[in-house]
Amino acid sequence: MTRIEQALKAIRPEYDFTSSVNFIEDGMLDSYDMVMLVADIDKTYGITLAGVDIVPENFASIQAIEALLARYGVQS
Amino acid sequence: MNLLFRNRAITGLAAVMPATERKFVDEMANYNFPLARSLKLKEVMGYDAHRIVEDGVCASDLACFGLSRLFAAGNLDAGEIDALVVVSQSPDYLMPPTSSVIQGRLGLKPDMICLDINQGCAGFLIGLFQAFLLLDQASIAKVVLVNVDVLSRKVSKQDRNSYPLVGDAASITVVERSADPGPIHANIKMDGTRCEALMIPAGGFRRPSSLETAILQDDGEGNRRALDHLKMDGSAVFNFVQTEVPPLIEELLRTAGAAIGDVDFFLFHQPNRFMLHKLAEALGVPFEKMPSNVVEHYGNSSGVTIPVAIAHNLRARVLNGAINACLAGFGVGLTWASMLLPLGPLDFCDLISFQPESC
Repeated sequence: MTRIEQALKAIRPEYDFTSSVNFIEDGMLDSYDMVMLVADIDKTYGITLAGVDIVPENFASIQAIEALLARYGVQS
Repeated sequence: MNLLFRNRAITGLAAVMPATERKFVDEMANYNFPLARSLKLKEVMGYDAHRIVEDGVCASDLACFGLSRLFAAGNLDAGEIDALVVVSQSPDYLMPPTSSVIQGRLGLKPDMICLDINQGCAGFLIGLFQAFLLLDQASIAKVVLVNVDVLSRKVSKQDRNSYPLVGDAASITVVERSADPGPIHANIKMDGTRCEALMIPAGGFRRPSSLETAILQDDGEGNRRALDHLKMDGSAVFNFVQTEVPPLIEELLRTAGAAIGDVDFFLFHQPNRFMLHKLAEALGVPFEKMPSNVVEHYGNSSGVTIPVAIAHNLRARVLNGAINACLAGFGVGLTWASMLLPLGPLDFCDLISFQPESC
């Protein structure tokens, strides 16, 4: 399990995040879950995700989150 | 829109808080969420305690209580109030204006202006703009600005998105002319096309309250609220604030010829700690220069959070001297506004505990 999958499971343990390509549309992640995930990512990777990047499309899938982190120079 | 004022000053300020403190951990069972998830949210958002009025307490009750205390303490002379501006989204009645209710209850002189403004989280800025403009009139020497909301009465107790953060409070701000001609720069923007991001859908003339609008419904995320309750599109509001507020502040400072380092404190409306920390990071402001502890102690009381932040964190500073303050409010409308002004020395800066039995 990747660190991103671990962080997602820590927030919503009832879901298998590898089985969805859109966490938002599938109701697996809401706006407050995104906030908690961002707090985890900032702490885990020692980065500061910009507020303008905290939008649903950047957290819709594991690939989207990885792409977001890549823009901050983080290999997840 | 850029605004410029001269010879204006805040000369006194008080915040009125309900005495009863409610704790987030005691309310978690009301929400349809696992406790662990709620506790995590508490840590990130800074939820801890909030002040909620008892059933039946209205905006004018908080305002009259606070003003009476200021009269009794000699901080404010009732006969000197030439204008009373009340900013609220939770008026006592649809009509008459809450400012008129307050004027009547306190027996203020008839030779004055009473004015209500329907505004929320930018309401402290909007109220200051109006107060500054009223002082253009020679016959107006002292304006009392009251920001007040008891919105907990319009938030579902089963809405984990909104109820943990809501707080009830009032503030009383005295605004007068000043000998200081130094410019007070301000700016404001509005976007009514996004007005439904923060709204109470029922209860007005468009959709009057009824048995149907009182029915609690699940929003699909585990929150249960009715059309009579406040509804917030959390994701849209967060994105609005992060997108619009930093450039607003940068534009304000650029217009004023100031830099981030010239500002002693960034006193922003406080929806939650996470949102403020992200704003501070975007602007390059150290967290200690942007207080973010109002929600954890009192809750988000819309336009009252800036005065509460001042009274809670900076009382000694603004009583004994002046600070260079950057104020910002953002929310319902949607509205976003900011102002750069010297604040202090004030004649008074108090936190008043509201006791409903003595109102």
